[in-house]
Amino acid sequence: MPARLLRLPSRFVATLALAPAFAVMLVVYIGATGWTIWISLTNSRMLPGNVFVGLRQYESLFANERWQVSVHNLIIFGSLFVLASLALGFLLAVAIDQRVRGESLLRSLYLYPFSMSFVVTGLVWQWLLNPTLGIEKLVRGLGFEAFRFDWIVQQDMAVYTLVIAAVWHASGLAMAILLAGLRGIDEDIWKAARVDGLKTWRVYVSIIAPMLGASFATAAVLLSTAVVRLYDLVVAMTNGGPGLASEVPAKFVMDHLFERQNLGLATAAATTMLITVAAVAAPFLYWQSKRQRLLAR
Amino acid sequence: MMRRTAAAAVALLWSFGANVQELKAQELKAEVIHWWTSGGESAALKVIATEFTKAGGVWIDNAVAGGVNARAAAINRTIGGDPPTAMQFNTGKQFDELVEAGLLTDVEALATEGKWRSLIPEAIAKATTRDGKMYAVPINIHGQNWLFYNKAVLEKAGAAEPTNWTDVFVTLDKVKAAGLIPLAFSGTKTWERNLFNAVLAGKGGPEMFEGIYGKRDAALAASLEFKDVAETYAKLRGYVDVGSPGRNWNDATSLVIQGKAGMQVMGDWAKGEFVAAGQTAGKEYGCTVLSDKGGGYVMGGDVFAFPKLKDPARTKAQVLLAKIMLEPETQIAFAQKKGSIPVRLDLDTSSLDLCAQKAMKWLADKNQQIPAQELLSPPDLTGAVEDAISQYWNTPSMSADAFSAKVASILKASN
Repeated sequence: MPARLLRLPSRFVATLALAPAFAVMLVVYIGATGWTIWISLTNSRMLPGNVFVGLRQYESLFANERWQVSVHNLIIFGSLFVLASLALGFLLAVAIDQRVRGESLLRSLYLYPFSMSFVVTGLVWQWLLNPTLGIEKLVRGLGFEAFRFDWIVQQDMAVYTLVIAAVWHASGLAMAILLAGLRGIDEDIWKAARVDGLKTWRVYVSIIAPMLGASFATAAVLLSTAVVRLYDLVVAMTNGGPGLASEVPAKFVMDHLFERQNLGLATAAATTMLITVAAVAAPFLYWQSKRQRLLAR
Repeated sequence: MMRRTAAAAVALLWSFGANVQELKAQELKAEVIHWWTSGGESAALKVIATEFTKAGGVWIDNAVAGGVNARAAAINRTIGGDPPTAMQFNTGKQFDELVEAGLLTDVEALATEGKWRSLIPEAIAKATTRDGKMYAVPINIHGQNWLFYNKAVLEKAGAAEPTNWTDVFVTLDKVKAAGLIPLAFSGTKTWERNLFNAVLAGKGGPEMFEGIYGKRDAALAASLEFKDVAETYAKLRGYVDVGSPGRNWNDATSLVIQGKAGMQVMGDWAKGEFVAAGQTAGKEYGCTVLSDKGGGYVMGGDVFAFPKLKDPARTKAQVLLAKIMLEPETQIAFAQKKGSIPVRLDLDTSSLDLCAQKAMKWLADKNQQIPAQELLSPPDLTGAVEDAISQYWNTPSMSADAFSAKVASILKASN
């Protein structure tokens, strides 16, 4: 009887303790998201208004060339960035996994770029890639007059320079996560592979990599969030140029929110981003929860 | 012991000072949001702050770096019910919606009393007036389409100082032949648009400029004259260096200052860079506005707007601040520091530099002036046109026809 009396208040206390966090989530996340969606259905310009115009903002959004370019760029950037970071991160992790001397130093070195902000990363790479200041000038100065590396000023190559800088920034993170996974692999698997006479690279590719599925998934999710919010790197590095060549959706939203005083179009773009992310994330989350349920069984 | 006494004395003095400030603050406290953070800019703003303090006000400086950020901060606070005393805008349409929403207080009484409309150029007066009432105080005028050139470079290349968009190419060719960068350029959207606007004003003329950005005449954008402008603009691509994309405007100016480049098209704020390098207008560098049809000085500038406030003391501070901004002493001292020119036409401007003198001459003649793009178009139209211009500049394969069709469709969509 006393135990039952105690249980009720404890649940009540727990609910009470969680209430502020719940309220914040409700107001800040759900509330602000709902409001953003509502504004995207109005003709708001500088100030939020309540004149309903249906899907007109979305019509002009999808007809907007800059938006189309932005989405296209994000797809290119996103797929290349995640794949390249994972691949490079895996190679770095495998390299360190060979029990090399000075391992901790190397690990810090590889992870170091990740400690820098995207703004600093963007600025550094802007200088490095600038044909009159950076790598091109250096190599030409060494006597290779015909050397050309001016991607950042080429319209069709600028988006790849973003990938280079972002991969440099993030592959250390992928390495750290994958290295932790590698260290968790049972020594017996190596022994068994050696008994079977398998080559080391073959073990990594065919046995170890598939076993690191969870680590790869974690790294991929973390990297993907960087893709969606890609903004500061672009602003610091190319500012969307040359022309519209390296524009991205988040920058479209920010520019239209403030500088161009077009809340309606900006929120329509933000809502479109949200729906897209949800459409990609939902199946993944479903798959994960199903897997967990299976594992729990 | 000594130290403690001294500290107590300091604390006492400090609190006394704070008390005095509090007393004054109750009278005329003005919190001003602005984006003037660079050396010359903040020196210029200090002129207003000093005059305001002299007149018995208390200046609370709220500088936010970057025009976009400063405006966003000021607008958010105004909507949120905690407006600043005064906030900076560019002369033009940036504060339209605040007026429509009834969030700004007008300065019409002051304007009538001080006969401001007879003192300032008509285009500027028009840009600050909504429904017959003045809603912002213009503080300065910036010419946006100056051509600054390094005199020594032109001389060495044997080139003449250009006057219009035809002979400028002769000069550019000669500088190119001399192995230098002909046109120093900052390849970012803002300055790509600014260069285009300079060609539009000089080659197309004032009527074309106002027809496109003011009347949003789509037929005009499809005309042969507009295509001529577009082709002239495209021709300039051949005179910039490979390092231009993404370069800052002041880095481009310093190429001209150092004699690595011949010239730059830029607003008169670039003069600050020449001054900082110890150069004088007319001596080391020259300035002109390229014009094929006569006239074409593109005028923009800055204004301060005053949100509606409940506290009568702060409203009084607004009135005092507005008055001080247009005082002759403030105007001249401000323009000297900022590199701009005064908005008042009745001042003795002999203390300003050679370029400013030229500008004052154009200011006296209405036919010489063009209101800047932001005086004519709302920000989202300006942005859409900017995207089109940037795309055109960076895509050499894009024809002038395709570009003018794009501009025409943007203008049509905005009507």
